[in-house]
Amino acid sequence: MTATMTKDISHHISDAVMAAYATGSLSQAFSLVVATHISMCDDCRAALEAHEAAGGVVLEGLAGTALTGGLRARVMGALDEDAGEDRVERDVEARGFDVYPAPVAQALRGQGPRWRKLGGGVRQCILSADREGSARLLYIPAGRPVPEHTHGGLELTLVLQGGFSDKTGHFGVGDVEEADDDLEHVPTADKGEDCICLAATDAPLRFHAIVPRILQPFFAI
Amino acid sequence: MNDDNHGPELTFEDGGETPVAVLANPSLDAIVKLPKTIKSARRHMTNPTTTGESAAFSDQTRWMLAVRDQRDKVAFGLLFDHFAPRLKGFVIRSGAKPAQAEDIVQDVMLSVWRKAHLYDPARAQVSAWIYQIARNRNIDMARRNRPLPEALTAEEPEHEPDAGQVMALEQEADVLRAALDRLNPDQRDIIERAYLGELTHSDIAEVTGLPLGTIKSRIRLGLERLRHELKDLR
Repeated sequence: MTATMTKDISHHISDAVMAAYATGSLSQAFSLVVATHISMCDDCRAALEAHEAAGGVVLEGLAGTALTGGLRARVMGALDEDAGEDRVERDVEARGFDVYPAPVAQALRGQGPRWRKLGGGVRQCILSADREGSARLLYIPAGRPVPEHTHGGLELTLVLQGGFSDKTGHFGVGDVEEADDDLEHVPTADKGEDCICLAATDAPLRFHAIVPRILQPFFAI
Repeated sequence: MNDDNHGPELTFEDGGETPVAVLANPSLDAIVKLPKTIKSARRHMTNPTTTGESAAFSDQTRWMLAVRDQRDKVAFGLLFDHFAPRLKGFVIRSGAKPAQAEDIVQDVMLSVWRKAHLYDPARAQVSAWIYQIARNRNIDMARRNRPLPEALTAEEPEHEPDAGQVMALEQEADVLRAALDRLNPDQRDIIERAYLGELTHSDIAEVTGLPLGTIKSRIRLGLERLRHELKDLR
């Protein structure tokens, strides 16, 4: 296990986001944050498994839909064939490296992040971006602030190394901050250690001071 | 379903066709009645690790253990008959086109067979284990490679299940079922739609609270189990 299984995590995935992940309705970017947090947090892993137990009860209670003839024979006939599909092994073999638990390591395709400067010493590495949102790694030098920003929607930020504080509190390794569009905040990295975060949004970030809004398209944020 | 289909016939696990043919189109009634006769047959045919304490496990748990430990195709057929129609309903409600639905059911059931070595009855009910396989498969239809949490351990589950944990899980599933049954029909409908993938993230945010009250005790049990498991890893 790469991630230190932190006993000190005090900021967890909210019930609503966990339920959305467990039922498969969460975007790719947020799912990455949730899967990574669960990799580090026993409490939230238990919560996920509880949702899956509830999902199993719902599945069990379904009346069922008649199968067409032949499906059963096709499946029984395929039992001796080789699996041949990498999906089967995917969730078993995935392993993290450095401070990156398996889900992030997979998003990085097993290689260290390719950082890009974002201003003020802050660097980022985009992991995924689609119409539903984006996920990135943020590297914040010790003691430095992340540019002040608000978000169009929800933002999830998970600490992988170091820690940061903003007006809502302190966030250490494994902690996740859930910020909605009302929160205008200036997360500042702890002194003493550079901070690495996994951050996901469902809308473009709007930076106020350091990165002019007109540059946002170039940063793909 | 008459009793001619059970007993000695079940000993031909390798390629035996009779149970397969007989069960090709079972009614739901037949599925419900089947377990009791199979149960007595299985006690005689399974190896010692799945008799004894495990005789008290649910039928599905014992079928799944027989698939995992003995690669038992008859037991797999019983799981198929129980879950495949439900899975078809699940994937259709999740938005799959009817033409695709059976392909997905086929994939999910083959994953159940191929990933059986990962099934841990002390960790998940069979229904919960199959639910998460089906949900991941559904999502992978839409977007490649859904992020999944890092596995707790590369080790395969203990061969000998912790009977106390398994029984506790089965009781928890009963508690969950009872809690769902107590909901009023509108609430129950919303829970079903959520877990079947019919609600969006923002829909779920609005109804959160409904399912969560019913799963708190399951979370406590899950934590206990995780700590038990992690004790050996650290």
